[in-house]
Amino acid sequence: MCDTCGCNVTPGNRERANAPLHEGGVTAVDALAGLLAENDHVAAHNRAHFDAHGVLAVNLMSAPGSGKTRLLEATLDALGGRFRIAVVEGDLETENDAERIRAHGAPAVQITTGTACHLDAHLVHDALHALDLDGVDIVFVENVGNLVCPASFDLGQHRNVVLLSVPEGDDKPAKYPVMFRAADLVLVTKCDLLAVLDEFSPERAEAALRRLANPAPVMRVSARDPESLAPWFEWLAAERAAVATR
Amino acid sequence: MHEFSVAAALVRQLARLAAERGACAVERVTLEVGPLSGIEPALLARAFPLAAAGTPAAAAALELRRVPVRVRCRECGAESAASPDDLSCRACGAWRTALASGDELLLRTVEYRLEEDSHV
Repeated sequence: MCDTCGCNVTPGNRERANAPLHEGGVTAVDALAGLLAENDHVAAHNRAHFDAHGVLAVNLMSAPGSGKTRLLEATLDALGGRFRIAVVEGDLETENDAERIRAHGAPAVQITTGTACHLDAHLVHDALHALDLDGVDIVFVENVGNLVCPASFDLGQHRNVVLLSVPEGDDKPAKYPVMFRAADLVLVTKCDLLAVLDEFSPERAEAALRRLANPAPVMRVSARDPESLAPWFEWLAAERAAVATR
Repeated sequence: MHEFSVAAALVRQLARLAAERGACAVERVTLEVGPLSGIEPALLARAFPLAAAGTPAAAAALELRRVPVRVRCRECGAESAASPDDLSCRACGAWRTALASGDELLLRTVEYRLEEDSHV
């Protein structure tokens, strides 16, 4: 059974969960602590590590198959000479994505989570041990393809970039508010398919994002059209410059 | 999602607090969970006793307060009730709002019992 929905009852823990109460006085305390504090603590450590090396850390999130790896390949081809880029890849299984990144000339560390459907700060912390950040300008963390869980876990990144591909439909921001609220930039990908999938409206997708009170820029891109990627490259360059001057 | 791992993290926090305060048992825990927290309260309530078994929180009552989604408008200043997929101001319709509540995932209060043999 799975670890995440509370269904792993065993004979051992069922009995102990019904242990009898003892007598005594009761003290109350206001705790006001975040329940994800452990992850957040490691994430802060990761962020400090990035900052100490002047590295921009970008967390790439999307549904499976939206084009994260393809976007990174196109980015490496265009910017690989201008910025030193390293990638942390997250997948349940296979090293496919890390191999694709390495084929485009960048170092890549693959995290295979097995069953975990998102990366967390601990996993990223361990992966960073395999990267020498001294020679790096930008680290991309390509999260597990999933529009639900990754949004809840701070990894220590500076920016969240969420991809929404044309075949997925333009109402995804409304359906996945936690994810799209977390986006610092939304990339509508596979825009070369707009001619074929004319029911997708980039305006509707942007309106749905605004309804989440998120002012993040929305860029329409296609990895097959280098000109469409120019605003993405400019955004990256600006964010990298901002980190370097912090 | 990940209610069990959140429950496990909560239980670890409670165990630390119990150890710090010399408590023998946690009696009651109050959490605040908002719809935009990414956590489903009913699943967290189911996961908690399982995560707490064998710990000082094993018999703790869990109270989950659901926090409503409320926004404060950056244009007109009004505070209004909103929904997870629509955070626009209900007074003037502007989309530039700030979340006043709704994404909380907080341990609010803990009630615990001190060691039985402590003398006042």
